[in-house]
Amino acid sequence: MLEIAIKGSKSYWLWIVFLLAVMGAGAFVYIDQYMNGLMITGMSRDVSWGFYIANFTFLVGVAAGGVMVVIPYYLHNYEKFHRITILGEFLAVASLVMCLLFIVVDLGQPTRVLNILLYPSPGSMLFYDMLVLNGYLFLNIVVGWKMLEAERNQVEPVWWTKPLVYLSIPFAIGIHTVTAYLYCGLPGRGYWLTAILAPRFLASAFAAGPAFLIILCYLIKKFTKFDPGWEAIQTLAKIVCWAIIANLFFFLCEVFVVFYSGIPSHEAHLTYLLFGYHGYNALVPWMWTALILMFTGAVFLIIPKLRNNKTLLPITCGMIVIGAWIDKGLGMISGGFVPSPLHHVTEYAPTGKEIIITLAVYATGFLILTILFKLATQVKEEVNG
Amino acid sequence: MMKKSRRSFLKVAGIAAIGLGAAPAMNFASTNAAHPVKSKNQTALTAHRWGMVIDTNKVTEQVVEHVMEACHKAHNVPDFNHEVDEEKFPNTRPVNHKQELKWIWEEHFKYAFPDKEDEFLAEKFLDLPFLVTCNHCKNAPCVQACPTQATFKREDGIVLMDYHRCIGCRFCMAACPFGARSFNFRDPRPFIEEISPGFPTRTKGVVEKCNLCSERLAKGELPHCVEASEGAITVGDLEDPESEVRALLNENYTIRRKQSLGTEPSVYYVM
Repeated sequence: MLEIAIKGSKSYWLWIVFLLAVMGAGAFVYIDQYMNGLMITGMSRDVSWGFYIANFTFLVGVAAGGVMVVIPYYLHNYEKFHRITILGEFLAVASLVMCLLFIVVDLGQPTRVLNILLYPSPGSMLFYDMLVLNGYLFLNIVVGWKMLEAERNQVEPVWWTKPLVYLSIPFAIGIHTVTAYLYCGLPGRGYWLTAILAPRFLASAFAAGPAFLIILCYLIKKFTKFDPGWEAIQTLAKIVCWAIIANLFFFLCEVFVVFYSGIPSHEAHLTYLLFGYHGYNALVPWMWTALILMFTGAVFLIIPKLRNNKTLLPITCGMIVIGAWIDKGLGMISGGFVPSPLHHVTEYAPTGKEIIITLAVYATGFLILTILFKLATQVKEEVNG
Repeated sequence: MMKKSRRSFLKVAGIAAIGLGAAPAMNFASTNAAHPVKSKNQTALTAHRWGMVIDTNKVTEQVVEHVMEACHKAHNVPDFNHEVDEEKFPNTRPVNHKQELKWIWEEHFKYAFPDKEDEFLAEKFLDLPFLVTCNHCKNAPCVQACPTQATFKREDGIVLMDYHRCIGCRFCMAACPFGARSFNFRDPRPFIEEISPGFPTRTKGVVEKCNLCSERLAKGELPHCVEASEGAITVGDLEDPESEVRALLNENYTIRRKQSLGTEPSVYYVM
């Protein structure tokens, strides 16, 4: 099937070349990081994780969000999702590749990464995260590919794809739960030390993932002859609506517990994020932007007239994706480190080099996504055409 | 050509013959010892669980300075204020002081004990320097977090690091509630004034922290901080009721950092 990817229009190739250029620029900067160390980033002794891990966390959510099309189709036989299930699976593949790349670029000694396998440490959450992320990636590649192949040959998929699909559902929940456990099991970090972290991660994932998928459906409709179907998009929008409301509700619960109980080691972080702490307030405008975007997005999705508006929907989805990205990426990671365990305030901002490497990882993901989506849409065009 | 290869063949054959002849003798020697014994330095200082008691009454600015210098020099901890030797390390980029490294350092009370912050705290504590370092916790979150066991706990309670196994994921830094860990964001060597041969320098991309001078305990010597502290720091066996640290804990009111988290720090502060 891969041969489909090397036949494309001029704009297709322009897009590919653009992505390759961004990847090239990132690789060039990464050589600098590889030679000179993570000194080129804005990270510090106090804020020891930054932009890479923030984007990693967000993308684990996008990957897990793919399950929101898998569950209705495979568990509830919701036929309308038949056309887009493969898109959800391939989005998960691209997101997971980006996740793994973000982990690798964040390592101080990337050549030693296999030590995680050589010295398996069942006490470490990172060990389980590696297992579930790779497992979910493997499942989605195999299932997605086999399904598409079957569709192309107009035959039933091989019988063993079905159990793999069912297995991928707990894996999707698993990747984001374990990713939350990375943070919420640490005794000295008040912002993360909350049982609602994993549910909150899942809620924002089930909002951001499908919202991004809706945007991708619009793009597919614009650039290919394949139509994902308006009804499927409408159902996705309802899923986004519920999930973003759940996310906002969980956040509200967090805000209540933190401020009403008033325990300083928990309060300090949210105070820093929402109002500034001891005069440090770099993230305050970001956090309020995120909250306004997510809240407005939720309102736009609740009101049927606005949700059914074909022009407004992609904009609403864009708001939710950006809101969730700020909330879970920037806020979640920086917010957990500021103030430090000793209550010193060291703020964090990514450097230009850090941003270029980040963009290159995204470009790699989009390259994979473009190719996989091209395969999927072309096969569907062939079959339906 | 021919001659040469024949000669080298004979050489190899000869060595092999020696080996064959030696093998039985070697076997004999090894069967003589029933169990292979790891030799341990008889003069090494040992404990069931190492602990540290810091007498805050004896910690002055001068003591702090001496302790930090002794520790950091002996362990080749880089000093970002050190002027780089341009000849040896050309084109060294400017430093970011937020990326500094430290094993033991000074904090004010409210930072060393953020959960005990008190607006009516006795004035004498306000500006008192508190020495903080790795607590070698009994339930160390960093050991639990490490995905490669590069950070591990020794039987005697010391939390140690294998700098050659560390992948630099910095999970341990997120896990530590005491900010005791530092990451080598860059090659530390240009910022070491004089490399002390007693301890390895580190490479970029690995985490490091206080090791309670395990390399000195193994030789029967007390940690550098203890020696430089003019009696302010004592180390010893927490589980031995006869030890000096236990005597100090018996006689004085002591506190530990963030006790409520349950990590069981092994560093005590005499108030």
